[in-house]
Amino acid sequence: MAHLLEADHVSKYYGNIVALKDISMYVDAGEVTCILGDNGAGKSSFIKLLSGVHQADAGRLLVAGEEVHFGSPRDARAKGIATVYQDLAMVPLMSIWRNFFLGAEPRKGIGPLKWFDAATAKGIVRRELREMGIDIRDPDQPVGTLSGGERQSVAIARAVYFGARVLILDEPTSALGVKQAGVVLKYILQARERGVAVIFITHNPHHAYPVGDRFVILNRGQSLGAYEKSEIDRQELVRLMAGGRELAELEHELEAIKAEVGPE
Amino acid sequence: MVSDERVRRTGAWSRLLTRPDIGAFLGAVAVFFAFAYFARAVNWIGEPAIAAGWTDQAAQYGIVAVPVALLMIGGEFDLSAGVMIGSSGLLLGYLTTYQDLNVWPAMLLVLLFGLAVGFVNGLTVVRTRLPSFIVTLATFFVLQGVNAAGTLRLTGQTAIQDIDSASGFESARKFFAGDLTQYDFKVKVLWWIAITIVGAWLLAKTRFGNWIYSAGGDPNSARNVGVPVARTKILLFVMTSATAALMGIIEALELRSMQAGEGIGLEFIFIICAVVGGCLLTGGFGSVIGTFFGAAMLGMVQLGIVDSQWDSNWTFTFQGGILFAAVMLNTLIRSRAQRAR
Repeated sequence: MAHLLEADHVSKYYGNIVALKDISMYVDAGEVTCILGDNGAGKSSFIKLLSGVHQADAGRLLVAGEEVHFGSPRDARAKGIATVYQDLAMVPLMSIWRNFFLGAEPRKGIGPLKWFDAATAKGIVRRELREMGIDIRDPDQPVGTLSGGERQSVAIARAVYFGARVLILDEPTSALGVKQAGVVLKYILQARERGVAVIFITHNPHHAYPVGDRFVILNRGQSLGAYEKSEIDRQELVRLMAGGRELAELEHELEAIKAEVGPE
Repeated sequence: MVSDERVRRTGAWSRLLTRPDIGAFLGAVAVFFAFAYFARAVNWIGEPAIAAGWTDQAAQYGIVAVPVALLMIGGEFDLSAGVMIGSSGLLLGYLTTYQDLNVWPAMLLVLLFGLAVGFVNGLTVVRTRLPSFIVTLATFFVLQGVNAAGTLRLTGQTAIQDIDSASGFESARKFFAGDLTQYDFKVKVLWWIAITIVGAWLLAKTRFGNWIYSAGGDPNSARNVGVPVARTKILLFVMTSATAALMGIIEALELRSMQAGEGIGLEFIFIICAVVGGCLLTGGFGSVIGTFFGAAMLGMVQLGIVDSQWDSNWTFTFQGGILFAAVMLNTLIRSRAQRAR
């Protein structure tokens, strides 16, 4: 059966730099696929391919089994692929409801004279946030006054509202404290329950493991493999993430040093 | 309304600090009553001719200040907005007195000229990613030279005269630069109010307004969610230059002649009006209604100083003081808007 979104051996080069090489992964409705990798592993480049910011130099992207070419983020969104970026694509000085509909403002009017339907917009924002279990004080307050977790939550709610079939989350928990990260993980599960396919990009295996159904590990632009949750346990995931063999070598070296120094 | 214990009932003072237009309104009221005292030799409050005088001056500032404010909220400046008034008025004079064009088609050509200059400004800023401050400063100086040299070459003088000899002049003047019948108020004041209403509506109630805020507030985020930031900015430059062209038309029709140096210096007055209206120099925030009161304030200062029988050179000092006070207030407002409550 065709997957909702699939990357088939995609590669990306920036001049002579190989940013991504032969990466494959897929996600289906109501699932969370985690893309794990350390800094510089190619996570950001991969998101940009999936969300239409950049185009792959080799390999194919498929939506519901059909090959697609995204010329811009608009194209990707038209296929129901929404990306919540690390910087959230929100304007701090603008109110929550203005941000929520930025780039997709509901309009009403006669002929060419159309205006932004603010009352409808505010109503939708209040309802949507409540449905996601997000507790926001006042849709008129500037986004700059929200906490990091609250901003993430609004961004996720926005993507889900706009009919995202696939939700790409770029390091949504990396800048957050433990409690706030937990809140965001809860919204990821909530989005999954609503039938959204989630691609969760993170460098933190402890955040990925509890919510993920499938794990793809990137290292220096290459895939270290894709695992179903049943095939891998948390410890193994942490070990792979930390560089696997490299870590083993490091341990070996440390042992050697200890032996030289002698028992204390 | 959903009630929430975390939404504190805030006092009038702290609400005021999130609404730049109210600050500008209170400032304008304060200036009005200050001159009611200082200019008590004339009937500052009650005399319609006095009000007609300062509203005329305020309209002169306020018409172009509206698109300048929108442009600033969109994160850009236009230093050529002042000189464009001169260029447009001179072009109208040239087309009517030297090419014997009827005023109405000539005005159409002048507006097209305004659209073109704005488009060049906007496209240059968007394509080169240079600061608009520099790009429009270049436009300013290029046009200033063209205005002076062109006028001198054409007329042997520093002004184009006798624009009122053109056909269609009277009908056009009635529409753009005439008097409202009763109190000597100028038609210009209606243009000022109308353009303010359109600008405020655009900013607050349309999709384009949302795009303006986002283009100035965080252009990268805006692009990521699909806002056509480049198109928005170019359109703002076009609106600014076209409105300056309209102002040039109004002045040429009102004065019946156009000086080569007309409009120079006004670009900063427009920016002061916008800053008084709460526009941040960094973009993303501001108010058209506030800009309206900013223009009213500066118009009152201009006339009030004369009516108080002070040396009119003090006007600049007043303008500087108002600008400084407004910037301080704006900085306070922004830091409040960005602080987590």
